[in-house]
Amino acid sequence: MSSPSPVAAERVSPVRAVASPSGRASSDPAPVPARGRYRAEPAWAPWVFLAPFLLTFGVFVAWPLAQSVLLAFQQTFGPRSSAWVGLENFTYMFGDPLFWTSVRNTAIFAFGSVLLQLPLSLGLAMLLNRPGIKGRAFFRLIFFAPSLVGLVFVGLLFGLMFAPRTGLVNTTIHSIFPAFDPEFPWLQVHIMPALILAALWLYTGFNMVYFLAALQNVPEELLEAASLDGAGPWHRFRHVVLPEILPVATFVVLMSLLGSLQLFELPYVLLNGGSGPENRGLTVVMYLYNTGFVSGDLGYASAIGWVLALLMGSFALGQKWFIKRQEDR
Amino acid sequence: MSFTPSQRRALLLAPVYVVLAGAAVFTLIPFAWLLCAAFKTNADVFASNFLPAGDGFLGVAWDRFTVANFGRLFADLGIGRAMTNSIFLSATAALLATFFSAMAGYALACFRFAGRDWVLSLVLAALVIPGSLLMAPGYKLLFDLGLLNSYAGLLLPGLAPAFGVFLFRQSMVNSVPASLLESARIDGAGEIRIFFTIVLPLVRPMIGAYLMIIFLGTWNNFIGPQIVLQDPGSFPLSVAINQLRGLYGADYGLIMSGTLVSIAPVLALFLLLQKEFIAGLTSGAVKG
Repeated sequence: MSSPSPVAAERVSPVRAVASPSGRASSDPAPVPARGRYRAEPAWAPWVFLAPFLLTFGVFVAWPLAQSVLLAFQQTFGPRSSAWVGLENFTYMFGDPLFWTSVRNTAIFAFGSVLLQLPLSLGLAMLLNRPGIKGRAFFRLIFFAPSLVGLVFVGLLFGLMFAPRTGLVNTTIHSIFPAFDPEFPWLQVHIMPALILAALWLYTGFNMVYFLAALQNVPEELLEAASLDGAGPWHRFRHVVLPEILPVATFVVLMSLLGSLQLFELPYVLLNGGSGPENRGLTVVMYLYNTGFVSGDLGYASAIGWVLALLMGSFALGQKWFIKRQEDR
Repeated sequence: MSFTPSQRRALLLAPVYVVLAGAAVFTLIPFAWLLCAAFKTNADVFASNFLPAGDGFLGVAWDRFTVANFGRLFADLGIGRAMTNSIFLSATAALLATFFSAMAGYALACFRFAGRDWVLSLVLAALVIPGSLLMAPGYKLLFDLGLLNSYAGLLLPGLAPAFGVFLFRQSMVNSVPASLLESARIDGAGEIRIFFTIVLPLVRPMIGAYLMIIFLGTWNNFIGPQIVLQDPGSFPLSVAINQLRGLYGADYGLIMSGTLVSIAPVLALFLLLQKEFIAGLTSGAVKG
C-alpha cells in the first residue's frame, strides 16, 4: 500500500496556512504567533473517530481471539464448564480420523475448485476484454449474478438440482450423453465433485470481475509495442499481460484458496445439516462447528480453528513472499 | 471474396461471442430452473425441467402455472415476518457498519497522530483472521454478555468491520485533499461538521458500494443468525427458508418459491447499483 500524496500534502500544509493569513495578522491588536492562526487537527479527533472500531475490535475480535488461545488448551462442556487439558486437544487431533477426513475433503475441494475456476475466470475475462466486444457490461452482469445468491440459497437450489433421476443436472447430462446414469448419486457418494460444480457456478463470475479489472489496467502501448516486435498471442500473454496482472491474479488465487479452506455453509445446507454418508461431505469448519456447537466442546473446536488459521496464515505469507520475489526481479 | 477491415474484425469476434453466450446460458440455467419451479405445483416440478408441456401456446401448459406456493409462504408459513426481519437486520447492519467504518477510515487516512501506523497494522491483521476461529469463543462471549438470542448479538460484532475501515481508508487517501480540510478548519468548522459535510460527500461512491456489500452480506448470512438466534419469530429469511426445507423437504415448488423471494430483492438491488458495487469491490485489490 502506498499513500504518498496526502501525507506529503499534510506535512507541507502548515507552511501554507501560516503564509496565507499573515496579511491579516497585522490588524490583530495582539500579534498572535502565526501558527496560532492555523487551527491544527485536534489531538483527540482521530481517537474519537476510531473509538467505535477500536471498541468493537477489542471486545469482539481481540478478546475472543485471546480466549480461543486459552480455550484451545481446555476441554469444555457447553459454554458453562471447562477443564484444562494442556496439549491434549492437539495430540488428539493428529490421531483423530474424523479430523483427517475433514482435511482430505477440504483439500480436494480447495484444489479442485481453484484449478477449475481460475483458468475459466481468466479465460472469460480475456474474452470480454477483447477490443470491440459489445455488451461487455451485460455479460459481466450475468456472470456476476450467481455470487449475489447466498450460500444457503445456493445449497437449497443445488440440493434439488443434484437429485438423482429427477434433478436437472442428471437429466441434462443424460440427455446429452445417454450413457450417463440418470441415477448418478451426487450427494450420496460424489459430494465433493458436486460442491466443486456448485462453487464453479457461484464464483467463476466473481473472480472474473477481478481479472477483468486487472486486464483493463494493462497499458495498451505495451501490448502494441510487443506486437510490433513480432510477439505472438502467447508471448504477449506470457511476457506482457501476465506480469502486469500478477498481483491481482495471486490475490484472487489466495482469496479463493482461503475461502475454499473455510467451506462450510454450502455442504451444511446441501447435506441438510449432516456430513453426508461416510462423512464424505465433512469439511474442517463443519467439523469445528459440530464439535463446538453439537458436541459442546468449544475447546477442541478452538484448537481446530487455530490449526486452520495457521494454515491460512502461511498461505497468505506465501503469497506476499511470491509477489515480493517477483517485484525484486 | 474480400472483407472490409470492420467485417474481418466482426468475423474474428464471432467465435468469442459464441463462447460468451454459451457461458452466459450455463450461468442462467439454474436461475431459469428456480423461476419455473417456484411457479409450478410439486407434481409439475418432477414432470418437467422448465416449462410444463401441454397444448397451450408453443406447446406449454401455461394454465398449470400457479402462485399457490407464494400464497402458502406468506399466508400460512409467516415468511413475510422473516422478510421484514431480513430487511431490518440488513439495513441496520449496512448503515451502522458504513458509518463507523467511514469514521475509522477517515481517522487513518486524514490525520497524523502517534499510533496511527500501529492501528493500521491492527486493521490489516484483522483482515486475515478467519471467522471460523472466532466462532467458538465469540459464542461464549455472547453467552457471557447475555446477547444470545438478540439482534444486538448479531449486529454489535459487525459494527465496524476491519474490511470496511480498510476500504474507506484507501478511498479517502485518494479522494480527500488535505488542503480542503485545512481551509475548513481555518474557517472555523468543527471536526464533526467537517466529517459530515466535507468528507462523507467526497466518498459517496464508496459509501454506496459498501452499503450494498454489507446489506448483501447480512442478507445472505446464515451461520451467524443460526448460532445466535433461537426464537423462530426473529429468524431472517436465510434461516427461515432453510427450516422450511426441514419441514417440507419434499415440496420442491414451495422451497423454490421461498428461495426466489429470498434472492429476488438482492438481485434487483444489484441491477440498480451494479456499477458502483463492482467498482467498490475491485478498488481494494486493483489499486492496492
